[in-house]
Amino acid sequence: MKIEILGTGCSKCKALEEATKQAVAQSGMFAQIEKVEEIQKIMEYGVMSTPGLVIDGKVVSTGKLLSVPEIVDLIKAS
Amino acid sequence: MMWQESVNVLVYKWLELPQGDKLSDALNFFIYDTVKILFLLIVIIFIVTLLRSYFSTEKVREYLSKKHEYTGNVLAALFGIITPFCSCSAIPLFLGFLQARIPIGVTFSFLISAPLNNEIAIAMLFGIFGWKVTALYIGFGLLVAIIGGIIIGRLGLEKDVLIEVKPIEGEIHAQDRKIVFKTRLIDAKEYTLDILRKIWLYVLVGVGVGAFIHGYVPTEFITSIAGADNPFAVPLATLLGVPMYSNAAGVMPLIEVLTSKGMLLGTALSFMMAITALSLPEAMILKRVMSLKLIAIFFGTVTLGIVGVGYLFNAIL
Repeated sequence: MKIEILGTGCSKCKALEEATKQAVAQSGMFAQIEKVEEIQKIMEYGVMSTPGLVIDGKVVSTGKLLSVPEIVDLIKAS
Repeated sequence: MMWQESVNVLVYKWLELPQGDKLSDALNFFIYDTVKILFLLIVIIFIVTLLRSYFSTEKVREYLSKKHEYTGNVLAALFGIITPFCSCSAIPLFLGFLQARIPIGVTFSFLISAPLNNEIAIAMLFGIFGWKVTALYIGFGLLVAIIGGIIIGRLGLEKDVLIEVKPIEGEIHAQDRKIVFKTRLIDAKEYTLDILRKIWLYVLVGVGVGAFIHGYVPTEFITSIAGADNPFAVPLATLLGVPMYSNAAGVMPLIEVLTSKGMLLGTALSFMMAITALSLPEAMILKRVMSLKLIAIFFGTVTLGIVGVGYLFNAIL
């Protein structure tokens, strides 16, 4: 599983990265976490409100700082 | 008004402070205003956030991509009121709109309107000045956004976008994500508390300074600077508003006191609009994707619009 966090370096984006790390640890899944800061790549996902969360190439959330349990649910659902 | 009476009882009866004394009047004003403003902020931000959860920038983009100029400018400005916007996502939003082949002028109409109509400014305005001034602010803000966008669209500045935008092929479709109402409520609550944590201190400081002016600064002094006696009050207020970005919460209580002491309403409107619409941090962010020329034109147009609104307003009233 590959999880990407899309964000141009705002404080919410960093917070989402932290929450995602915790969520992955909690879910017990093996996942590769990557922070995407390059604007061109973010645009390719069609995301306009950061931070965005992408799991295995699919955008699952935009413009929202998700809580750890919310991310765990998203990880388990995909 | 019931609230004012309660504060009167608290300050003059329970604390036994003398009525008519400058210090006790300032304290009365401070308690009355902070509680009133914080209460209204909570209510309004919660409602606005809840309503906004039904709109996403992605959906707005899909809708706008099917519209022509002019209609697009008007709609983009209107959408700016109800779409959640944060200056930190100004870049993806700007590029995303262009990607969807939305004209640059329409994109700017949105980019001007969205910060102007942010929920904190609206809540503060409504709480302090009531619905009439809030409506005027939104109305004239829309006018600035629409006209500003049309002018920028006319100047042919597409080449001043520094990043090459690949247009999306074919129809544009926003993904629809189902969110249950309870989640929306919880999200709105969290967001409201988050905002409150960020701005409560500014509100206290703003009202505190306001209470001081209210009690100690003579009306003649304010009138001579910000009233009808000074023909340059409007541009001055606009320039002063620029560095105060994101401090709408702290500055609005000051404007309340200044207007009660003779600052003209048009000047106050210009000041408020400059605070929300013209932000230096946003300009710095946008520098990554726009030429300096484009940013200068963007800010110049909005500044002129805001100054125009101020003078127009002072002339009518």
